[in-house]
Amino acid sequence: MNKLQLPVNDRDQKTGNLKAELTLVEYGDYQCPYCRHAHPLVQRLLQEHGSELRFVFRHFPLRKIHAEAAMAAYTAEAAGRQGKFWQMHDLLFANQHRFHEGTIFHDLARKLNLDLNQFLADVGDMEIVAKVESDFRGGIYSSVNRTPTFFLNEEKVYLYNGTYESLLTTIELFV
Amino acid sequence: MLAPNFELNATPDQKLRLSELRGKRVVLAFYPADWSPVCGDQLDLFNETLKYFSSYNAQVIGISVDSTWSHMAFAKDRNLHFPLLSDFEPKGAVSRLFWCYNAVKGCSERALFIIDEQGIIRWSEIYPEGINPGVDGVLEALEAINAKTNTKNHEQITTAGQ
Repeated sequence: MNKLQLPVNDRDQKTGNLKAELTLVEYGDYQCPYCRHAHPLVQRLLQEHGSELRFVFRHFPLRKIHAEAAMAAYTAEAAGRQGKFWQMHDLLFANQHRFHEGTIFHDLARKLNLDLNQFLADVGDMEIVAKVESDFRGGIYSSVNRTPTFFLNEEKVYLYNGTYESLLTTIELFV
Repeated sequence: MLAPNFELNATPDQKLRLSELRGKRVVLAFYPADWSPVCGDQLDLFNETLKYFSSYNAQVIGISVDSTWSHMAFAKDRNLHFPLLSDFEPKGAVSRLFWCYNAVKGCSERALFIIDEQGIIRWSEIYPEGINPGVDGVLEALEAINAKTNTKNHEQITTAGQ
């Protein structure tokens, strides 16, 4: 299937114009270099077209090749419990090269002034683990075969080739 | 159709024979070559979803014409947790048995087979070389086989009850 099998729902992390008719979903992995590359492109897209666009990030951690990817996803979701998902999302990509340092996720939580006890409790919370698993499973059944993979209004995006222009064209073709 | 039996090296000194896996479903994944540069290559996806496959009683096996030494290094690099068989000598012989050897390029095509508990090929698909088909197609096929088996069992029970 090349359609999004798991519709956007209440558990999803969303930003941009939440009432926009266009929804861009990214399946990504915080430890993937191609996702780190795409991150500023998506940020620019949201800056320039955020009023027309709702953006959803779903986790697709490839744990066997990226040992810290799942932990990074839990970290983002745990920050989300304190209203700072997107700040943590940005920090994670910015600090991808430091994931092997044991204390990095804790350091980032401190940097965002999170309640650290709460953060530590949330990082291993079953609901968060299940959310990340559900994102991944939804991706698998939607034919996500690499990261990042984008869906625009539930259609898989084939045009994206690592450039901002290709991302922009995807949106413009739809409008 | 009964799957042709074969025996190939899984490591330099260990062979795996298809018939040893009777009683399990086998997902045979033929692929062109070890060492793909992309994050999330097809084999990585299988590797990440092995528990989905085991819930269907299915063992995933990769096959390419690379040598066992290449397979070992590749499996270590990608942290793969399923066997890679080496269709190395005579080159591509097993791929030919399954009609998925590309003699022009000298490698296997990207092809998937589901072999059931009795050794019968229940599903197969061949993909263009450059396309990573993901694993949803093969998971859906396993689900369909389950549904069929359940219906059959149900019919048998119903008939037996009459």
